[in-house]
Amino acid sequence: MSYVDVAPALTPRARRRRILRRRFLRRPLAVVGLVVALAFVLGAILAPVIAPYSASATDFNSVLGHPSGKHLLGTDELGRDVLSRIIWGSRASIEAGVLSVLLAMVVAVPIGLAAGYFRGWVDTVIARLTDVLLAFPFLILAVGLAAILGPSLSNATLALGIGAVPALIRIARGEALALREEDYVRAAVANGAGEFRIIARHVLPNMLSTLIVQGTVLIPTAIIGEAVLSYLGLGVQPPTPSWGVMLSDAQSYLTQAPMLAVYPGLAIFICSLSFNLLGDGLRDILDPRTTR
Amino acid sequence: MSGVGSTEPPRSEGAGFAGAGAEAVLHVEDLSVRFETDDGPVHAVDRLSFSLEEGEVLGVVGESGCGKSVTFMSLLRLLPETAVVTGRAAFRGVDLIAASTAKLRRVRGREIAFVFQEPMTSLNPAFTVGNQIGEVLRRHLGMSRRAACGRAIELLDLVRIPVAARRVDEYPHQLSGGMRQRVMIAMALACDPKVLIADEPTTALDVTIQAGILDLMRDIRERLGTSIVLITHNLGVVADIADRVIVMYAGRKAEEAPVHELYARPQHPYTIGLLGAVPRPGAARRLQEIPGRVPSLAEPPTACAFAPRCPRADDVTRSTVPELREIEPRHLVACFHPGPSP
Repeated sequence: MSYVDVAPALTPRARRRRILRRRFLRRPLAVVGLVVALAFVLGAILAPVIAPYSASATDFNSVLGHPSGKHLLGTDELGRDVLSRIIWGSRASIEAGVLSVLLAMVVAVPIGLAAGYFRGWVDTVIARLTDVLLAFPFLILAVGLAAILGPSLSNATLALGIGAVPALIRIARGEALALREEDYVRAAVANGAGEFRIIARHVLPNMLSTLIVQGTVLIPTAIIGEAVLSYLGLGVQPPTPSWGVMLSDAQSYLTQAPMLAVYPGLAIFICSLSFNLLGDGLRDILDPRTTR
Repeated sequence: MSGVGSTEPPRSEGAGFAGAGAEAVLHVEDLSVRFETDDGPVHAVDRLSFSLEEGEVLGVVGESGCGKSVTFMSLLRLLPETAVVTGRAAFRGVDLIAASTAKLRRVRGREIAFVFQEPMTSLNPAFTVGNQIGEVLRRHLGMSRRAACGRAIELLDLVRIPVAARRVDEYPHQLSGGMRQRVMIAMALACDPKVLIADEPTTALDVTIQAGILDLMRDIRERLGTSIVLITHNLGVVADIADRVIVMYAGRKAEEAPVHELYARPQHPYTIGLLGAVPRPGAARRLQEIPGRVPSLAEPPTACAFAPRCPRADDVTRSTVPELREIEPRHLVACFHPGPSP
């Protein structure tokens, strides 16, 4: 009950934010993840500004060219600038990664929440259905859905989003199951709160940090998923650049120009790694049990 | 009915209280709670009747599992769906047991408020305490956000939280256990309820903090005239603040009396056992335990539930269920061999 250690000008909310920020900054890997992930997002948004060339501009004087001052990462089999294509290609990856996870959240969270909170036969049906869907590996599910929907970036995003739904339903349901038993939920019932208010004020806000972490961790999976779909021809269609498309194109020239496959591979690796590091960092700072 | 002589027929205590002059806010009659479990029914509360008078502090004591919490949670339908509740509970012209859930929702927190045992976990960690107190005010009284915030500060002041104007913006994790329990009480008092049910409000707290909370409850009764039900297993707490005490055993009322009467002339051997187990400063004697264990409540009793642990048990107690008798005005006991300890 002493106020000695309290900086007087700060509201509790601001203080909590400051504590979280300090905890986050103490994790160098998480900071690197955040910076790199942000760089990829910015690169995708600012592609027209920062890419040195258009993604489809060909230079037939420089085909399969080595890195040079003119083309920092060289050129591909049609003389297109590889760096520019990587930058333009990040748009597909980021879009598929972020949008598909958002889509999955919007679908999965209400379903999982309702199942976990209200229990009953609805919960049983949803839980068993989720188990069945979870028996399919994420990528197989996404490939199957993309094949049904037809090849395009938006369909690939949709397929990846639907593919991520079962896992998220399970997480939201599990959280809701645990939170509905919390003492403050019982106290809210005793104070006359209705079902909707309990879900909106007591259950959902307390599962947000888990959902944020899960979302961040799912993004790299979706980015890789997009690359896989595009590589298989189920996602972005050439000549639109995408890391998966670039990998697929590079395949024919592996012996002459192996670096053509390495660059998009590295981009996928670094981008998904950065989101993974960010997700791990967020989990560490938001989970009170790992407080250091 | 047992052959043992009784001055009053059983279950006449309602009439007895009416005779005492005070008006009952809450009148419960024949309340039974049964849990349907996989192993068959469990009779948690068996035909319990009692009244709560205006401005009274009623202590309800008994060991874990005797049905004291279940009784009061059943009144507001806070039990899991496996609970089957029967009986009547008249509260301001409404039978709580028969009322619709929508109707009950308006009683919960507004007219009958609960304070739970666990202050550490009974507040939502995601919102400030002011916001949470305000939620109750906004919902029940339709206050604006601004008015609710002002009232929340008043309430925190009422429960004697220092620097309430600042505490109102703090999150639960920034408060100590005693502070959180004060916040819970503030929240319970938000709508000026007729009845405050405090379920082991001090059990999770330090002894010094306990005294502060009890002091606060006494103060609330005096200032607001709220009727308080204090559920506890701590007879010291009851002696401190209650006007009247109900001793429960195995889902039934074992004894009921005004607090001084109960402490001066305990009649039921269980009550005597409980009192013997209270540590007293200065007394060098060994604390007396009650031998045996709390009985299983799987079947409706065919004998006195306390008989296996009772020094006075005989053939009658092992074959017949004792009914409540009024041995003194307002002093009820369910025992075939009542009386002070030999």
